[in-house]
This record gives sequence, C-alpha cells and structure tokens, in this order.
Amino acid sequence: MKRIRKLGYLFKEGVRNMFTHGFMSFAAVCVTVACLVIIGGFSLIIYNLSLFVSDMEQQNRVLVYVDENYDTGAAKSVGSRINLVDNVREAVFMSREEAVERFIKEQGADETFAGINPSDLRDRFIVTLEDNSKMAETVEQLRQIEGVARIADRPEIAEGITTIQRVLNIVSIGVIVVLLVVSLFMISNTIKLAMYDRRDEIAIMKMIGATNRFIRFPYFVEGFLIGVISAAGAFFIEWGLYDLLASRITQMQSMQLLSIVPFEEVFLPMVVTFGAAGLFVGMFGSVMSIRKFLDV
Amino acid sequence: MIVFRNVTKVYTTGSRALEGVNLQIDDGEFVFLVGPSGSGKSTIIKLLTAELEPTSGSIEVNGYRLETIKKRQIPYMRRTVGVIFQDFRLIENKTVFENVAYGMRIVGASGKEIQARVPYVLDLVGLENRGRRLPHELSGGEQQRVAIARALVNNPAMIVADEPTGNLDPQRSYEIMMLLESINALGTTVMVVTHERELVNRFTKRVIAIEDGKVINDGMDGYYINEEN
Repeated sequence: MKRIRKLGYLFKEGVRNMFTHGFMSFAAVCVTVACLVIIGGFSLIIYNLSLFVSDMEQQNRVLVYVDENYDTGAAKSVGSRINLVDNVREAVFMSREEAVERFIKEQGADETFAGINPSDLRDRFIVTLEDNSKMAETVEQLRQIEGVARIADRPEIAEGITTIQRVLNIVSIGVIVVLLVVSLFMISNTIKLAMYDRRDEIAIMKMIGATNRFIRFPYFVEGFLIGVISAAGAFFIEWGLYDLLASRITQMQSMQLLSIVPFEEVFLPMVVTFGAAGLFVGMFGSVMSIRKFLDV
Repeated sequence: MIVFRNVTKVYTTGSRALEGVNLQIDDGEFVFLVGPSGSGKSTIIKLLTAELEPTSGSIEVNGYRLETIKKRQIPYMRRTVGVIFQDFRLIENKTVFENVAYGMRIVGASGKEIQARVPYVLDLVGLENRGRRLPHELSGGEQQRVAIARALVNNPAMIVADEPTGNLDPQRSYEIMMLLESINALGTTVMVVTHERELVNRFTKRVIAIEDGKVINDGMDGYYINEEN
C-alpha cells in the first residue's frame, strides 16, 4: 500500500515538475522536436530518393532477342533457360506482333509505320535483373543460351544507377549518423542544463533521506512526458511539412519525374520511430543527467 | 547516539581536517560544537551525515556504523538525523507545508498522516498560519523554523544544526536556540554547530571545542567561557 501511495505521489510530482520548471521543459521539448524533425525529414528525403533510384533501376531492362528462325512456341521455350540464369529476376516474353503494335503506339499511331511487317522483327524477352551491378556477367551468360540472337543492354545506365545508389547509401548513413550524434549532444546538454538548475533541490532531498529511486522516479516521469510531447509534436510538424512539400513538388512541371511517397505509406514506421526516439531521449536523458547529482 | 572513535579525515588534497577525534553524544543531550572557521566542524557534520567517509577510525550514528555502511542504507540512516543548515535549504517551488511534508513523503506516509502531523509540527515551531506560503515569502527566522519543522517531522532521534543562526539577527537567533532547547526537552538529542560565542554563553550546555582538527575541550563550562575567565 505504501509503495502504491509513493508511486502515485511520485507520478504527480513528475507531472508537476514539468510545469514548475516550465521554461527548461519547454527548451528540452523544442530541442528534441527540432532534432527529430530534421532527422525525420532527412530520412524521408533519402527514402524517396532511394525509391526513385530503384524505380529507375527497374526500368533499366535488358532486351534478349530470339533467333528469327524460331517459331513463337520455340521462342517462348528460350524463356525457361533465361530464367535459370542467377541474376535474372523476371523474363517477360514479347512476340514480334506485340513488338510492332507497341512500336506504332509509341510513335503516336503514325500512319508512316502502318506497313511494318512483324516478320521483320524478332521475338524478344524483356529481362529484369536482380542486381544491375552484375549486368556484364549476366549478359555474357545470356549470350551463351542457345536461340539467343542478340542482346540489347545499357551498361552505362546500369553503372550510373549503381553508383548513385552507392553514393546515396554512404551519404545517407553518414548524414544520419552525424545528425544523430549532434542531436543527442544538443538534447543531453539541454537536459543537463535543466538538471543543473535543480542540483540544490536534489542535494536537499538526499540530505533529508530520500533514496535515489525516490528522487529519480519523478525525473523519469518528467522525461517520459517530455519524450511523448516531443515525439507527438515532431510527428505532426513532419507530417504537415511533408504534405506541403509533396503537393508543391507534384505541382511543379520540372519535377514530374519524381513520384513522392504519400505520408500515409510511412505513417506507422514514422510513429514508431518518433515515439521510440522521443521516449528514449526523454527518459534516458533525464535519468542519466541526474546521476552525478545523486552522488551526495 | 553519536560515537567518534579515533577519527581522522585527510582530504584528497592532503589537507588534514580531523586528527584522532574521540567524542560521544548520548541520547537526549544538548551539545554545542564550537570552534573557529576551518577547525573541522563542518567535516564532523559531513562525516556524521555520511557525505564523507573517514580516512581512519570509526563512527557510529544512531546504531549505524558509518565506516562500513552500504550506500543503499545511507538514506535510512539520514532519516534518523534531522539536519538544519545556515542557508535553510528549502525547496523553493514547494510551499511551507509541502517542504515539511516532503520528509514524510519519502517514508511513504499517507495523506491522512501528513495532514495530521505537519500542522502539529508547524504549530510547534510557531508557523501554524504559514503553511501555504512559499519560502521566499518568509523572513530568515521563519525559513529556519520551516527547516526545523522539516527536520522534526519524522521524529528523528537527533537534530544536527549547522550554524542555524548564521543568517539571523540576535533576537531571532535566540528564539531559534530556545526552540531547539524546547525540542531537546521533548527528548530529541540536539547538536548545534556554531562559532557564536555570545549565543553559546547564554545557555548552560555541554560544549565541545575543536581546533585544528582536534578536540581541545569538552565540558559543561565551555571553551569560550574558560577563555573569558
């Protein structure tokens, strides 16, 4: 009973502390929100860019032309051998007729091309690779397959995309790590400052005979509340800013190539990440910061 | 009860604060601990509240052996000693009532117990109508009374007052000493650390005089009285 009574009192104290030290709590919330918004914003940009790059990668396919002497049935059977190659994700068959149809369509149904005879073309496979960086080896393997007449690949595009992806990965990891370190430093300094403000109070509590746990618990509650408020604030600010930017970008003609992921799609991971980061920073930060003042 | 047996304290800087101090304060006594600045008075208080550990010797406070006490037992030992400081050390954002009640909160007292005990203690120190005030709204003498009420609220075996009148005028100082004397009359051991000669001379109590880290006099006649004679 005593323990429950104590817990109830300490919880109330934690809530009260947040308001009685309103300015420092406000500062801690602001710094945490700012850091979370910056890291979250950067992560969203990286996420969109990586999706854009992998979308480009998907579009960079290899065309495998089948020997023109093969009839449609025999041509289709080449597909099963193509699919056996390690790095092949998918091989979609396109007959000569479909190829002509598609070509005319791409030319805007121009009458000039109406007379093209499908027998002038070859049946083909549109091959998507698992890993574009291994394109050269895969093309070599495809060339060895019986019935393959020619291969049209774009190695320079594949290389370009692979390079972009590598750079993007390194840069994003680097920037996120730097942002995390800077944020933790800023947040822990703000919380330390808030705790330094209360070192006398903690010393008094110790002299009266309060246990470390008794002193720490309200700070833990306070840190929890600061964490929740910061996470919620940062989340809604991020959401608002993201939607605003996304609508601006989609309205811009020059940005039509970019397709922005709707926020709803990343809603859950963002809630979880922001919540976890806010709580970790709030609770861990406040409990760690009072540690040295407890040694009286 | 406090017992110091051959206690020596040397700080990490090499400064020797106490040298083979032996003293015993029995339950129910009223004792003045006197001496000039830097004589070792504050070190004695820090040792008996376990803020410091002795370099050698043994200290016993209300049944706790401080040279072997475990860290987690220190708060429980401190609850047996009510400490009063020169600068009052009240929690500024808590009212007088809350400051006094805080001592009871840490031992898990119920709201009912707090509501019964705190007004009684505030009445005892003459602050029955000041419960809702914040410390900064009170005079120095009143703030010291709040500190005494807080020290008293859990019925400690002993009150240790470190220069309790250092920030007060002579009249308020005398009132505080009278209050401590009446608390002692109720059975609580009281130890007052001071360097105010006149104040000590107004009370006929046991005086332990300390100088250069050594006890140089211990008796009812008092060090300062001897010096005057």
